[in-house]
Amino acid sequence: MFEITLGHYLVLAATIFTIGVVGIFLNRKNIIVILMSIELILLAVNINLVSFSIYMNDLVGQIFTLFILTVAAAEAAIGLAIIVIYYRNSGTIRVQEIDKLKG
Amino acid sequence: MIIHSIFFYIFSIIAVFSAIMVTVSRNTVHSVFFLILDFITISCLFIMIGAEFIGMIMLIVYVGAVAVLFLFVVMMLNVSKQKNEWLGGEKNSNHIPIGLLISGVIFFELIIVVGGWKYKPELLKTFSSIGIDLSTTNTHEIGKVLYTDYIHLFQLSGMVLLVAMIGAIVLTFRQREGIKRQSYFKQISRERNEGVELADPKNNEGVKIDV
Repeated sequence: MFEITLGHYLVLAATIFTIGVVGIFLNRKNIIVILMSIELILLAVNINLVSFSIYMNDLVGQIFTLFILTVAAAEAAIGLAIIVIYYRNSGTIRVQEIDKLKG
Repeated sequence: MIIHSIFFYIFSIIAVFSAIMVTVSRNTVHSVFFLILDFITISCLFIMIGAEFIGMIMLIVYVGAVAVLFLFVVMMLNVSKQKNEWLGGEKNSNHIPIGLLISGVIFFELIIVVGGWKYKPELLKTFSSIGIDLSTTNTHEIGKVLYTDYIHLFQLSGMVLLVAMIGAIVLTFRQREGIKRQSYFKQISRERNEGVELADPKNNEGVKIDV
């Protein structure tokens, strides 16, 4: 219990990942919260990579964490830009009212 | 070691709590605040485990850029009035229990995998040769690997950032109608005989100016 092993970090990452997935599944109102849930999922992946890198004594995990960080920043920028233009065009970003693809 | 584990438990409890609050909280601005708390806590964990560079970069990139971007968009779109209702909508559709069920299944699968996971013994020998050298700093180590072995991926991630930047600008760029702008081409290509006219005023008559 008092020895922090790799399993502790993996359980923490699994918990945060699941919370992010729950946030995507069950959010009924606001699409910005869905983007934040995606950020939580990427954070869980980063925890996995860094803890494997430390406990397996291999630096490549930290390198790939940097790449995931880059992709997360790019994804947040593009997603928020899409949200801004959607809000400008339709005046709402509530999840239930975004149904233009239904036809 | 016991101090290490106590700090680990404190940080992970704060991280899980704030992750829950990100999805549950009714006000979107509060969600962004809890997201910032989550990022800071996880980067504290990274610094504690020995990956200082990743922890600091996470502080800079996530807290300094991404979370502030979220906060900016939330404030600009004025969505804080639209409450973030979690479990209840107007029409209580049936994908709430299915979503809870599927996420529970995902969580238990992950926990089962973590619990019963073991390396094949011959895999341990074939790890890549880039070990962590404890005699230098973490930043030094990452720099030595990132700028040599992974230089192409590093430059490609720079391209990803460039494409994201141009994409965001192109998406949100808007040419408004009815705004007077300076036109350099018109200004420079103006000739003398368009702008100046020599008049020959007669006495007591003046010059008729047509505008």
